[in-house]
Amino acid sequence: MSETVVYVPGDAAAIAVGADRVAQALQAEAGARGLALRIVRTGSRGLLWLEPMLEVATPAGRIAYGQVAEADVPGLLDAGLLTGGAHALRIGAPEAHPYLRDQQRWVFARSGIVDPASLDDYLAHGGYRGLRRALGMLPAAMVAEVEASGLRGRGGAAFPTGIKWRTVLGANATQKYVVCNADEGDSGSYSDRMLMEGDPCALIEGMTIAGVAVGASEGWIYLRSEYPHAKRALETAIEGAVRGGYLGNSVLGSGRAFHLRLRIGAGAYVCGEETALLESLEGKRGVVRAKPPLPAIAGLFGRPTLVNNVVTLASVPAIFEHGAAAYAALGSGRSRGTLPLQLAGNVKRGGLVEVPFGISLRALIQDYGGGTASGRPVKAVQAGGPLGAYLTERDFDLPLDYEAYAARGALLGHGGFVVFDDRADMPKLARYAMAFCAAESCGKCTPCRIGSTRGVEVIDRIVGARAVEDRTRNVVLLRELCDTMTHGSLCALGGLTPLPVLSALDKFPAEFGIASDAVAGS
Amino acid sequence: MTPQDASPADPRVLFADLIGEPGALLPVLLRIQARLGFVPPDYVPVVAEALNLSRADVQGVLSFYTDLRSEPPARHALRICRAEACQAMGSDALQVTPVPGRLEVEPVYCLGLCACAPAVVIDGALHGRVTPERLATFVADLPE
Repeated sequence: MSETVVYVPGDAAAIAVGADRVAQALQAEAGARGLALRIVRTGSRGLLWLEPMLEVATPAGRIAYGQVAEADVPGLLDAGLLTGGAHALRIGAPEAHPYLRDQQRWVFARSGIVDPASLDDYLAHGGYRGLRRALGMLPAAMVAEVEASGLRGRGGAAFPTGIKWRTVLGANATQKYVVCNADEGDSGSYSDRMLMEGDPCALIEGMTIAGVAVGASEGWIYLRSEYPHAKRALETAIEGAVRGGYLGNSVLGSGRAFHLRLRIGAGAYVCGEETALLESLEGKRGVVRAKPPLPAIAGLFGRPTLVNNVVTLASVPAIFEHGAAAYAALGSGRSRGTLPLQLAGNVKRGGLVEVPFGISLRALIQDYGGGTASGRPVKAVQAGGPLGAYLTERDFDLPLDYEAYAARGALLGHGGFVVFDDRADMPKLARYAMAFCAAESCGKCTPCRIGSTRGVEVIDRIVGARAVEDRTRNVVLLRELCDTMTHGSLCALGGLTPLPVLSALDKFPAEFGIASDAVAGS
Repeated sequence: MTPQDASPADPRVLFADLIGEPGALLPVLLRIQARLGFVPPDYVPVVAEALNLSRADVQGVLSFYTDLRSEPPARHALRICRAEACQAMGSDALQVTPVPGRLEVEPVYCLGLCACAPAVVIDGALHGRVTPERLATFVADLPE
């Protein structure tokens, strides 16, 4: 009897809800029954509310079972799990699931499918076709390909990736670096983590293409310490790439060198800011640098450095494999290609949805998310992390597009959305935004370091005031403070903290004890 | 490699292989902490000398990063995510009283488990969809 392969996610979110225990129970129970079974730990498909979701390889393709607990294992085996047998937890073919069926997966094409520890599996699923094509091109043509794709930074700032690449390519230096920002600290975002755990080879390939394109022989990944599973996945994948000749002194015999190092952070949110990240990589306090000079001119150890986010770099192999035009054909306005959206917080079906730009938040939250987990009405959605605005019903039909969000005073950011039901306490969330900024400020600039602490105090005074005049006076003060932080801070931490604060105030004035006409901003 | 190994006679053996690394200070401090559970204050001058830095440089980095600590840890560590996605799923109700020397309770800002909120990590083990009742069980089940 040949062995049956069962895929169980090794993704951190799946593990957090019991995937390891399910895998152990399955191995033990199969052993006791004398069943030939091999468990492969994959990443997650991104249907996170269904985790632990396991898949069985059958002659008719993979069959998935969702929300499996270890106690379900004997019953599943009784029901014929290994041949895709009927069971209450059976989902069927994962690709046919409505959540996955209409997604267009470019970056997450392999996550949940391949064994992230296996270079062979990566190659069997289209891996390194992008690099092979890239190696046949001149650096300028490679950069032009990225420019033509319309790819923009997926870490939140949405800066055109091709322009960064061109700047680093044009910088004259004996040593240049490619740095991957894997310091994904924003609540509501987990696409970087999922990619690194589910398809780390794609990040390595993307960095290698970037290195060859801009003339950098060294790549550094700065990974946050909260992601130990991603660390192990990357270490294994880097070893595999070195053994396979995809990293080293001559990448695939091209004569071009590319080496990769992995560095771990130590719990500092501000290190997600690119210049603080570079300081941290140099072993120092993660203090933000003034720009200019841009990192592309003087970055890591003062050398020209390309700093890109995980999903940005992991988008590159597919762009080279399928061509920039195919990627640029997707999207909306100046936001081209796909964005892996992340649904989080109080949502019934939380997970990763990779679709072209342009769908509405309403479609995302209702059609994909199924509304709130609590079944109560959606009150607010924070888009783009702790520095992003709170959106309400009125904003839900905006197309997901960088410019459309910016025009509404909001941030699409990395595409993470945190849903709150009608019990959300908006003054408390506004206060939290200021308190978070105070806790995480690097301390270099005054508006952020001092302003955030004053912000907490002013919000406390607004909420605690008995007289309307006191509240109104402090609201004026809060607005002035936010104005100073927005325009006077050195980086996005202090500069964008006013977004959640003011959006909460403007959209829910009554909760701050203010009549709506009294707050109609300056 | 277990945390809280005994301090070696010459602290340098813990990180000798990292001394030539570019930007070695943070990796060196993380290595010491991984081995000993914390960075003892008397290691600061040793690290400074080994890396040709000032003691202020070393102390500055040690005090900047939340993960780095100068005191021995308690036997167990519970970190409760206090960021927005977990707040939206009721993390405020997850409250545990620390027990000096036995259990430390710290906030953490995002474990990347935002679709399985609220989330906590206990002695390195991740838990999602945590309720106050389940959390109480986890804490009660911790070995002495």
